[in-house]
Amino acid sequence: MQTVFSIAIDAFAYGMVLFVISIGLSVTMGLMRVVNLAHGAFAMIGGYIASYAAQHLGLGYAVAVLLAVVGTVIIAIPIERLLYRRIYGAPELTQVLMTIGITFCIIGIANYVFGPTLKTIPLPPALQGSADLGFRSIAVHRLFAIVCGLAVAGGLWYAIEKTAFGVKLRASVDNASMAAALGVRTEIIYAISFAVAVGLAAFGGVLGAELLPVEPYYALRYMVTFLVVVSVGGAGSIPGALLACLVLGGIDTTGRYLMPEFGEFFFYLAVIAIICVFPRGLAGRAR
Amino acid sequence: MTLIMNNETVIAKTRQSRTIGRDLTGIGAILAVAVVGYFLFPDNLALLTRIIAIALLVLSLDLVTGYCGVATLGHAALFGSGAYAAGIAAAHYGITSPLLMTLAGILGGAIAGLICGVIILRAHGLPQLVLSISLIYLFHEFANKASSWTGGSDGLSGISPDPLFGTYEFDLWGQTAYIFGVFLLLSVFVLLRVLVRSPFGMLCRGIKEDPLRIMAMGASPKITLIKMYVISGAVAGVGGALNAISTQVVGLDSLSFTQSAEALVMLVLGGTGSLFGALMGTLVFMLFEDYVSAANPFHWLTMVGVLLIAVVLFAPKGLYGTAAGFIARRLEKRT
Repeated sequence: MQTVFSIAIDAFAYGMVLFVISIGLSVTMGLMRVVNLAHGAFAMIGGYIASYAAQHLGLGYAVAVLLAVVGTVIIAIPIERLLYRRIYGAPELTQVLMTIGITFCIIGIANYVFGPTLKTIPLPPALQGSADLGFRSIAVHRLFAIVCGLAVAGGLWYAIEKTAFGVKLRASVDNASMAAALGVRTEIIYAISFAVAVGLAAFGGVLGAELLPVEPYYALRYMVTFLVVVSVGGAGSIPGALLACLVLGGIDTTGRYLMPEFGEFFFYLAVIAIICVFPRGLAGRAR
Repeated sequence: MTLIMNNETVIAKTRQSRTIGRDLTGIGAILAVAVVGYFLFPDNLALLTRIIAIALLVLSLDLVTGYCGVATLGHAALFGSGAYAAGIAAAHYGITSPLLMTLAGILGGAIAGLICGVIILRAHGLPQLVLSISLIYLFHEFANKASSWTGGSDGLSGISPDPLFGTYEFDLWGQTAYIFGVFLLLSVFVLLRVLVRSPFGMLCRGIKEDPLRIMAMGASPKITLIKMYVISGAVAGVGGALNAISTQVVGLDSLSFTQSAEALVMLVLGGTGSLFGALMGTLVFMLFEDYVSAANPFHWLTMVGVLLIAVVLFAPKGLYGTAAGFIARRLEKRT
């Protein structure tokens, strides 16, 4: 019972961190049809900025998180302007090549600037220790991750389903040229969603630093996990991504707890099974 | 009427002689590069042999990516399976004749190609890419777990191939391995030139352009692509076997995601959809990697990244495609 409960909490927290990082990727992939392998690199940049701000500048956790999000978005904007703009609508292979190139560059630069060691982001006292739920105690940081994940999911759901911006976004996802003909400024929609996606990636990178430690090869190591989540969930779908994160987070965490010697064998087996049954993802729509 | 017929046969004949001419030029170019490499780097034949093995992997990737339009980031699964098949045949069954080991590699690669093809071709686009990534990790974990057969993370050692044809030993300097590799590459190249021009190769290109129309014409895209995947697996298996024979050890890195991604990078760098492009991309990337990682091990990843971005921006058809286009334009201007 004890094991089941701790597996469930860890899986839930891990799934939520995955969700916060990958949801931006899912939305941009559904919107712009870009296979963006550099998304993990933006999460890594967020982690580095937060770690630098907290350890070297001595700022508080909240300020560090804010700085990480803003800083990553500022770094990402010129990259989008100069490089991503040119691969919208290009063949997949070109997009893969370009974004792998960007990832390699960011890894190399991070390795040079911050060194190859693991970076930690010190938690504030309020998030350390464990909370007593009456019948069991769980680590506050896990709870924090879960709450943040749920808040992001709720906020995105509200923004996409209930606001005028969400209407335009959904229209552009369904048919970009038609939306543009009806007067939606799709470039602005693209730019805003790219910025939000990168910001969320940075936030997720900081939030998940305990589970996915920040180091130069972060971008390459977890890139596959994020891509898997998006494709299992179905690009562009928030409920699909949420479901995929919970299912995959559950499988991965259970596998690690019960059969650590098998590594990620069951994770990838599950991915292959799911995609073979649902080739468009769990919530994917036919095109 | 007869005149037109005559004209057509003449055109067909000149076209045929031109393609044969290009084949001969290709063989000549490979031989020339091989000889130049032999005299330029006599102390580094191991690197050259490795380039040949990887070139076979990239050629095999070109068959499915360039000719059939299947995007995959897991092609090292076929290469690694070939390497392990050759290695296991030698280390556990005592089949140490290099030619038989190559045959084992071809078989192993073809079987892996069949498995990967059946699974990867179930999806399209991003899910296809993710399936291929999952497959390579699955193969990797499997080889890691089955350590009594594969040696796990220590690598499979104890491979000692017999002398080639009973006389030429695989020595420390790797001369025999290098010449054996050049011979393998040439034979594979000739066979593939025939293959991609055959009706089967044309069918594959047709499927890349428009699968729906091919279906309407009565051919089955899926079965054709799976056949191509098996052929591609056999080619990658030759590369794997060559690697196992020349280094006498098979490591888990031959089944890694990094190896697959690098192979794709080399292919796109050279230019997809042409065998010359695949060879050129491999040669340029491997020499670049060797040079830069020796000159500055800290920055080589950044350099590779910059190289990739530059290729996408300035030579989107790859080095060979861009060069061939440039030469064709020059020739057109002159006539």
